[in-house]
Amino acid sequence: MSDQTHIPAGHDLAPGEEEQHSVGERILGYVVGLVLALLLTATSFFIAGTDLVWQPSIPVALIVLAIAQMGVHLVFFLHITTGPDNTNNVLALAFGLLIVFLVVGGTVWIMAHLNANMPPMDQIMMRQ
Amino acid sequence: MAITATVGHARADPHHIGVVIEHPGPAPKRIVTAYGFWIFLLSDIVMFSCFFAAYAVLVGQTAGGPKGAEIFEQRNVAIETVCLLLSSFTCGMASIAADVRNRFWFYLGMTVTCVLGLIFLAIEFREFADLVARGYGPSRSAFLTAFFSLVGCHGLHVSAGVLWLLTMMAQVFAKGFRADVLRRMMCFALFWHALDIIWVGVFSVVYLLGGAP
Repeated sequence: MSDQTHIPAGHDLAPGEEEQHSVGERILGYVVGLVLALLLTATSFFIAGTDLVWQPSIPVALIVLAIAQMGVHLVFFLHITTGPDNTNNVLALAFGLLIVFLVVGGTVWIMAHLNANMPPMDQIMMRQ
Repeated sequence: MAITATVGHARADPHHIGVVIEHPGPAPKRIVTAYGFWIFLLSDIVMFSCFFAAYAVLVGQTAGGPKGAEIFEQRNVAIETVCLLLSSFTCGMASIAADVRNRFWFYLGMTVTCVLGLIFLAIEFREFADLVARGYGPSRSAFLTAFFSLVGCHGLHVSAGVLWLLTMMAQVFAKGFRADVLRRMMCFALFWHALDIIWVGVFSVVYLLGGAP
């Protein structure tokens, strides 16, 4: 295999690799990512401790902010984009996300149902 | 083994629909290595999702012990988060410096990344030691077991990342910016940014959601 650093046009991009940009543009990309991430983090911490918003909306807001921040990290730090030279990386990511949602969503769903359908522990103990 | 494929005409059709490229050859090693590492990172994220699922199920099972709101200190978590965010940024600066073969900025970026990672680990270790000293160790309740295993697993990853970081600095010092060293640096940067993504989930789900009264 060749060991070249500069990829001829038309090839795929490795994960974490950017299209050919100047150093200034690359640094700017990281600065934008950092500012966005800090803003989203600050919003999360503010929302979690405030009385200004409707209280039941807070968990949803926190989850949305977390997903948004993960997206910012993916785009600006890991350089996973929807470009044609990034197809393999995005497909792998999509499969990973599918498994993550199956594991987390499935677990929470099933365990909540089991909890709801099971009599409280002290009743089980009394029957024995 | 140099394979020079003519892929120039594929530029007009970036999705390669209907274009048959004769023998494009294997991808460059840099792409193969980083892609394989990306698959590993995704499997690591799947592993973390199991810990997240366990935490979500067990967060209410405190067995008479403390709830999240009683033991979490948001100020510490905010400092930890800022440390990791800034370290992700400096890690990006170090990888740009490695790409342009600038030793000074590479060492500077990696050193700052290392210091920020160590500050993060110190704050986390102090939090854990404080909880254990108050009798709220991982064996106190199912909630604390899930908490320690999820946050501790992330902490272990950060510790491994710091060791890897020092190894990368030593390799650049001893071998210079060789192609294989640059590939490892690329994988390290991916690892460090992925840890930051997982921390976003940790502080949102564990500390902010789990810390709600």
